[in-house]
Amino acid sequence: MKGIVIKYNEKNINTDLIIPARYLNKSDPEHLAKHCMEDLDPNFHEKKRKLDATILVGGSNFGSGSSREQAPISLKAAGIKCVIAPTFARIFFRNSINIALPVIEFSNINEFNSGDVLQIDLDEGMLINQTTDKKFDIKKVPKFIQEIIRQNGLVNFAKKKLTEN
Amino acid sequence: MGLTISEKILRDHSQNPHVVAGDYILAKIDKCLANDITAPIAIEVFKEVVKGTNKGVFDLDRIILTPDHFTPNKDVASANQCKIMKDFAWKNAISNYFEQGRVGIEHCLIPEQGLVRPGELFIGADSHTCTYGALGAFSTGVGSTDLGVAMALGKAWFKIPESIKFIYSGELKKWVSGKDLILYTIGEIGVDGATYKAMEFTGEIIDNFSMANRFTMCNMAIEAGGKNGIINPDAVTEQYLREKNINQYKIYKSDDDAEYFETISVECGEIEPQVAFPHLPENSRPISEVNDMKIHVDQVVIGSCTNGRLEDLKIAAKIIENNKINPNIRCIVIPGTQEIYLQAIKKGYVRTFIESGAIVSTPTCGPCLGGHMGILAKGEKALSTTNRNFKGRMGHVESEVYLSSPATAAATALKGYITSPEYL
Repeated sequence: MKGIVIKYNEKNINTDLIIPARYLNKSDPEHLAKHCMEDLDPNFHEKKRKLDATILVGGSNFGSGSSREQAPISLKAAGIKCVIAPTFARIFFRNSINIALPVIEFSNINEFNSGDVLQIDLDEGMLINQTTDKKFDIKKVPKFIQEIIRQNGLVNFAKKKLTEN
Repeated sequence: MGLTISEKILRDHSQNPHVVAGDYILAKIDKCLANDITAPIAIEVFKEVVKGTNKGVFDLDRIILTPDHFTPNKDVASANQCKIMKDFAWKNAISNYFEQGRVGIEHCLIPEQGLVRPGELFIGADSHTCTYGALGAFSTGVGSTDLGVAMALGKAWFKIPESIKFIYSGELKKWVSGKDLILYTIGEIGVDGATYKAMEFTGEIIDNFSMANRFTMCNMAIEAGGKNGIINPDAVTEQYLREKNINQYKIYKSDDDAEYFETISVECGEIEPQVAFPHLPENSRPISEVNDMKIHVDQVVIGSCTNGRLEDLKIAAKIIENNKINPNIRCIVIPGTQEIYLQAIKKGYVRTFIESGAIVSTPTCGPCLGGHMGILAKGEKALSTTNRNFKGRMGHVESEVYLSSPATAAATALKGYITSPEYL
């Protein structure tokens, strides 16, 4: 996977900032994408478009708060292909895996700036910042989770289980 | 080496009798829950999973659907979401669908209805599903995809969490409740202090706590990043279940030699009522400090899955009785369920609230997440007994929410600035 970074240094970018509850009266991804990150940065979409970014980098405890899957759904529908943060809140983390949005725990986010080009290999556990020409090891994804991502999310994983039974 | 209650419940629900903390499992769940915000997506997921097979929901009696967030339907879009849920419930003959008028705030309603029991593995597409750990169940919040899959398979995946043991000891000061202890605890460890961990609450103070206080503490485990909050069942738990005529359940308890990630002892004798400042639950401060600051608020909310139980309303009513709500304040009281509402009427609390100048609302999550029934304007401040005070949580992105116990909220509603009953 290769993409350009859009970065927010803030810690605790919570689910209310990612998708405010006032927009949860509809579930369609287009609607959610439109309001994604609105309460954190009203110019999120414009910045993202100017950078042509698809990799979101955030501070620790990313996605804390609600269980609303609308948070990762809105990011994915807005064109984000991967989220990198030092730590993630656990429900956001599992929701992202379940919809096959890769989330990468990486402690030193100072190594990335908005506009940097990253090359990521999840299977090998390797990340290259092509802009700074630096290479990093990232945590290998546990087998169980790899399997879910490989099947493009929990729905396909479950379909297989259901027909096995 | 012994096991924690959380490890034991998850192990018994997996197919592998050897799994320990850190292992991934696909476990059989006992119950699953969704609400009007999370069910519509879960239903789409469910349909997708069973498409092309002749399978239906895994169990008609183990799926619980509660339209409680934006209800009574606040607008057309919310009404559509509720309709999706209702149609699904009727079509699939889901026995535990609660229509508006019978529904309550899910985490008050489900224990009240006896739909969660000790030893169960319970998942809910709502982060505060961790509330039911108060009954000795392993209960945790998940997303809509997890829920949709669970409705089809009766299973969910978990990483078995390590546990942090909290030991609360000492003698509580007057007006200090479970809410104050959990706000204090989150203040100490931070909003990510228990990320991925089970928070096991123990000690003499927990032993002596009512079920209402226990629910409140477990409810906010997620505000420290915890996977679940949990309390080993005891005589208080069993008494609560007996009153509901529930006698079939399995009691799990942590072994004396169980391994913990960390043990945190909290000496509670000096802990004062706590107020969490905007915009994080970890910003808790003692009331003596806060009282001096004379923070005037525009709205007080007493209710929610954290503090909408009869005991909470009783505490607030006793403080408010024969007094008037401050002229500058909107005070909104929200009983957690219809049964709590009725009891509050019978015991005279509703009369007390209305005579004092407060609003009494039908059960709803409403204002807690900025849905409806008490939204803040730009620049307004609220003191609330809810669980989250994130930026913009209760309305305008430039409004502020402070969190406290029902006692502190009631005293504040009278005074107009944040205070506790000891200063009245």
